[in-house]
Amino acid sequence: MARLNVNPTRMELKKLKTRLSTATRGHKLLKDKSDEMIRRFSILLKENKRLRDEVEKELAETLRQFSIARSVTPSYTAEAAFSLPSVAISAECETESVMGVDVPKITLSQTKNSENLPYAFSEITSEADYSVARVGALLPKMVELARVEKAVRMLAAEIERNKRRVNALEYIMIPQLEETIKYVRSKLDENERASLVRLMKVK
Amino acid sequence: MTGRIAIVGDGDSIMVFRAAGVDTFPVGEAKKAREAIRLAAKDHSIIFVTEEFYKPNEEFIKRFDEEAYPVVISIPSKNGSSGYSDELLKSAMEKALGVDILFHND
Repeated sequence: MARLNVNPTRMELKKLKTRLSTATRGHKLLKDKSDEMIRRFSILLKENKRLRDEVEKELAETLRQFSIARSVTPSYTAEAAFSLPSVAISAECETESVMGVDVPKITLSQTKNSENLPYAFSEITSEADYSVARVGALLPKMVELARVEKAVRMLAAEIERNKRRVNALEYIMIPQLEETIKYVRSKLDENERASLVRLMKVK
Repeated sequence: MTGRIAIVGDGDSIMVFRAAGVDTFPVGEAKKAREAIRLAAKDHSIIFVTEEFYKPNEEFIKRFDEEAYPVVISIPSKNGSSGYSDELLKSAMEKALGVDILFHND
C-alpha cells in the first residue's frame, strides 16, 4: 500500500491521526448504514415480489378479457366509449426519506364521477364492463407496486454506492493512513535517536 | 403535489385504462414508445409501460431512477407476463445484495 506523500513532522503526524480517527468513525457509520439499508431493502424486495405477482396475474387476465371484449365492437365506438373516464384518479405524490434516499410516497384518491359506466350498455359488451371495473379496482395496487418498485431500485443504487464508499475507506483510505502514520513515526524516532547520539558524541 | 398517471402501450390493450382515469399513450413500435415516455414524463408522475415497450427502452428508462419522480415501471401486456419484470427485480437484488433471496431456483 502506497503511503501518502507528507513531510515527517510532528504537525503532520497529528493531522494524520485526526484523519485516521475520522476515517475509522466514518467507516463504522457507513457500515451501519449499509446494514440497515440492506435490512429495509430485503423487506421492500419481498413486498415488491408479492405485489408484482398479484398485479401481473390480474392484469394479464383483465387485459386479455378486455381485448376479446373490444374485438367485437367497432373501434370508433370503443374509442368514444372509453374516452370519458368514469373515475378520476389523482395521486398525491410526495417523497419520503428512507435512510437518506428520497423515495416516492403516493397516496391515491379516487373520485367517482357517476355510479354508472361512462357509456351506454348497448354500445359495449358486458365483458368490457367487467374489465373496466377490474382495472379500477386494480389501479391502487398498481400504484402501490410502482411506489415499492421505484423504492427498491433507488435503494439498490444507493446500497451499491454506499458499499463502494465503505470499501474505499476500508481497503484504501484507512490502510494508507495507518502506513503513513507508521512511516512518520519511525522517521521521527530515527531523528530523535540521531540527535541523541550526536549530543552524546559532543559531550 | 398531485400527480397524474399515464400508460404507454399498444392501443388495444390499454384503452381500458382510459375508462379508469389514466392518460393513455398508444404507440405502435418501440421507437415511438421512447418518444411517448419522454412526453409522458413531462407532466405525469407515474408511468406504466407494457413489457414489450419497456424492454427495448430499458437504458432510456434507467435515467429516471435517479430521481423519485417520475416512476416508470413495466406491466404485462395482454399477451401475459414474460417474466421480464422478475428479471429486473432480480438484477436490482443482485446489485444490492449479491445474493438471491427471492428466486431460489438457480
